[in-house]
Amino acid sequence: MNEIVQFENVGLRYGAGVETLSDLSFTLYPGSFYFLTGASGAGKTSLLKLLYLAQRPSRGLIRLFGEDAVTMSRERLPGFRRRIGVVFQDFRLVPHLSAFDNIALPLRVSGVKEKDLTTPVAEMLDWVGLGDRAEARPATLSGGEQQRVAIARAVIGRPEILVADEPTGNVDPEMAVRLLQLFEALNTLGTTIVVATHDIHLLSKVPGAQMMKLEKGGLSDPTGSLRNPPLPRDRA
Amino acid sequence: MLSLFVIPGHDRRLIPEGRLSGPMPWVIAIMIFLMVLATATGLAFAEAGQNVSDQLSSRATVQIIQANPDIKARQANDAAARLRGMALVEEVRVLPPAEIEELIAPWLGQTDIAEAPETGSLLEDIPLPALIDLKLVRPAGQKELGELRAAVSPLAEGARVEPSSGLIAPVISLVQSLQWIAFGLVVLLAMATAAAVIISARAALNTHKETIGVIHLLGGTDRQISRLFQRRIALDALLGGILGLICGTAIILLLGIQLSALGSGLVQSLGLSWYSWLIIGAVPILGMVLAMVTARMTVMGALRKIL
Repeated sequence: MNEIVQFENVGLRYGAGVETLSDLSFTLYPGSFYFLTGASGAGKTSLLKLLYLAQRPSRGLIRLFGEDAVTMSRERLPGFRRRIGVVFQDFRLVPHLSAFDNIALPLRVSGVKEKDLTTPVAEMLDWVGLGDRAEARPATLSGGEQQRVAIARAVIGRPEILVADEPTGNVDPEMAVRLLQLFEALNTLGTTIVVATHDIHLLSKVPGAQMMKLEKGGLSDPTGSLRNPPLPRDRA
Repeated sequence: MLSLFVIPGHDRRLIPEGRLSGPMPWVIAIMIFLMVLATATGLAFAEAGQNVSDQLSSRATVQIIQANPDIKARQANDAAARLRGMALVEEVRVLPPAEIEELIAPWLGQTDIAEAPETGSLLEDIPLPALIDLKLVRPAGQKELGELRAAVSPLAEGARVEPSSGLIAPVISLVQSLQWIAFGLVVLLAMATAAAVIISARAALNTHKETIGVIHLLGGTDRQISRLFQRRIALDALLGGILGLICGTAIILLLGIQLSALGSGLVQSLGLSWYSWLIIGAVPILGMVLAMVTARMTVMGALRKIL
């Protein structure tokens, strides 16, 4: 099975400080579902930033979709980023755009024609239960609603990898289950899912998901199951 | 460039645009207004200098220096006759005494001439040279002046031939200096406009940092982002430019009316031809292009610092 993400001895340091991430080596496989857990400050968000190409590592090798992401030129980054969906911990919705326009943003950035994006965006709004809030600005949405818009924006472009940072942090348990079901549905369609979460109860809700635990910037079990390619979720 | 103005509405909404809401259009309006005035001044001086130079470059004056008025008159007539026969000379005119009186009036004063001794004419007391005004078929260079001297010298010893352009060379030089100062001002104003655009673009980038970050992470390219800023600043520059052009043109026309009322020599020759007006009309467009290019370079430079 070809790996979709490969980390080899990756370290990340911000400025002249100590390494936030140290000696990370692991491989992610297409169509798999991963939970990334760890205490606050363990480096989950930093690891995700490396995954969604918001940060380059201080050392080590990262291969993404079979290509070296460390030395990749800036000009090639947008093309790779379009293959990755991101749910940010702080949502990062564009404040002056409606829910509809926020969700449509990845499609517009990719050059999808206006007539081709209305239906999928409307469907996605319905799916996250915000069909009647299409024209609402983020400031008028609750935290949970904003999070659902952020998730819808991350998945609308059918990314090959979906990276979510605490995606269920602001929603009620029922909505959390619904969102995980969405992730599972995407996963069965072939999208690799990486969900960073504090909530260990979520792990039991996705059978067959792999777990990566970060402790003080390193994987707590670097020789664990991630060393062995897991089966894709639909065949697990 | 047209593609800047046909960006889809949803893309335009990414970076909110408020027409004439910020200081930028007004700053550009003032800059374009001053640039229009400076350009018009430079062009007017350039045209005036050129007009005067064209008028005088093919003219020369022959001075017959002779104390005896009778001999002077004869030498002047002989020289004029010789000059009329030359192919180089298009027109010959011996200046009448009354005209010479007028020429020296600013130095001696009309009163002095009128109150001259009993002879009735000051010209008879002051040994003024006889003057022959020549219009040549081509500009009076050293070769032409040499030919004229060779023709006149045998008839009037000590006759002088001088190009008319030499007489106002210092004025032409001053006009040219003023012209270059005006164009220098245009360059300085353009640089100040570019600096204002840089500050504005950086401020806009800072204001929309979060949005830009999101667009980047969703796969937006530097070009897509910079186009949004270019369009915004181009529109600001266009609006400001048109405003500046209207005000500048009004001032130029007003000054033109006042200058033509003065009705004196060089001042009256200060005018603007149709192609000068074309250049002045292009100032706001050039200002807009300058603002766009500056904005693009600033935004692209700033984006390159972000991963």
